[in-house]
Amino acid sequence: MAMKEVVLLDSWACPFSMRVRIALAQKGVDYESKEEDLLLPKSELLLKLNPVHKKIPVLIHNDRPVCESLVILQYVDEVWNHTNPLLPFDPYQRAQARFWADFIEKKTFETTQRVWATKGEEQEVGKKEFIDHFKFLEQQLGDKPYFGGDSFGYVDVVLIPFYSWFYAFETLGDFKIEESCPKIIAWAKRCMQKENVASSLPDQEKVYEFVLAYRKKLGVD
Amino acid sequence: MKEVRLLGAWSSVYCHRVIWALKIKGVDYDYSEEDLQNKSNDLSRYNPVYQRIPVLIHNGKSLVESIIILEYIEEVWPHNPLLPADPYERAEARFWIKYLEDKSPTFYSYFRATGEEQEKLATEAKDVLKTLEEKGLREKTFFDGKQIGLTDLCLGWIACWLELMQEAAGVKLLEPDNLSRLHAWSRRFKDVPEIKDNIPDEDKMLAYFKGLRERFTASPAS
Repeated sequence: MAMKEVVLLDSWACPFSMRVRIALAQKGVDYESKEEDLLLPKSELLLKLNPVHKKIPVLIHNDRPVCESLVILQYVDEVWNHTNPLLPFDPYQRAQARFWADFIEKKTFETTQRVWATKGEEQEVGKKEFIDHFKFLEQQLGDKPYFGGDSFGYVDVVLIPFYSWFYAFETLGDFKIEESCPKIIAWAKRCMQKENVASSLPDQEKVYEFVLAYRKKLGVD
Repeated sequence: MKEVRLLGAWSSVYCHRVIWALKIKGVDYDYSEEDLQNKSNDLSRYNPVYQRIPVLIHNGKSLVESIIILEYIEEVWPHNPLLPADPYERAEARFWIKYLEDKSPTFYSYFRATGEEQEKLATEAKDVLKTLEEKGLREKTFFDGKQIGLTDLCLGWIACWLELMQEAAGVKLLEPDNLSRLHAWSRRFKDVPEIKDNIPDEDKMLAYFKGLRERFTASPAS
């Protein structure tokens, strides 16, 4: 089967995949998307291309797989370096961007999981941790339009996909994120005004339906 | 005061990655030893989020988290490169560095555990080493090819400290006959002059691990 030069093993609801979609859109890269259904067993192709982690996203460029979303983002930035840089030019600014991307990577998914994949008392604790986490990120944003400063950049790409899950978090957790983190919501809406971001993120209500199905699969409901 | 300062701890694996990189690049620096039981105000000031070493201070600005520091060093002092030039090979290096970071808890837990739990964790840890050998190192001289690179520096604790850790822990993970390529890489890694000249004394390190092990296993299970 002939594949395009760039193929993305993707899953429409996966925040880590969304990061790569945004990056490829920023760079104007033409690619083929192969959808992996997170509710079904993993495909042969995924197991072959990412034998170590067996997870999406996987970027396949000239038949070679690149795995792990942050590794993929840096790869995309280096290969298609003629336009829209994701990381800043200055080494110190790059280190700051990597630091916050790493911080988001270490903490955000697990923090959100304690809201969408739990219930009862555990979920109440999860909600508090969620708000604390996003309030901390809000402090880092400060009065800047983007985490990267004046321009949308690496840290924004890493964090914005979680916004597509906010309706699911709010509905399942019965809380409003904007009440505690208005600047994060303002930042997210600003990002969503960008065509490359809006076209890469799924509809929030569709994500909510997916999360309900995923909760059933995990045995939460 | 020199342009570059490193806040570190003699026993820290993470700190040594940075020392090795600075030595390979020939970067002159001032070193300050942090007492990890009694952290300085400097550490809180320069690393408010995590308050841990290593911290690199360059022209008054602080860099934290060892992997981020290594990438910074590579960009600011690009001679004697520690990352390949090819983006795909760079992606491979970053993949294995992240893999190790994700799997570090397995090794910490193995070191703290006893009995059956330790045996189970030792099996998991050995699987990680096997994956590193078969899929990461493969037939190469070093993880990053013909010369040592950032991946090797991040995995350097396997070469320098794992034998001492496993002696203190009482359950072996790495032996010459069970992971022969990884074992051979360890020997080559330790022979690189900048590494050889910058490893803490083995007896001191073994005593340190034995002390840690005693502390962990003396605590009540709950």
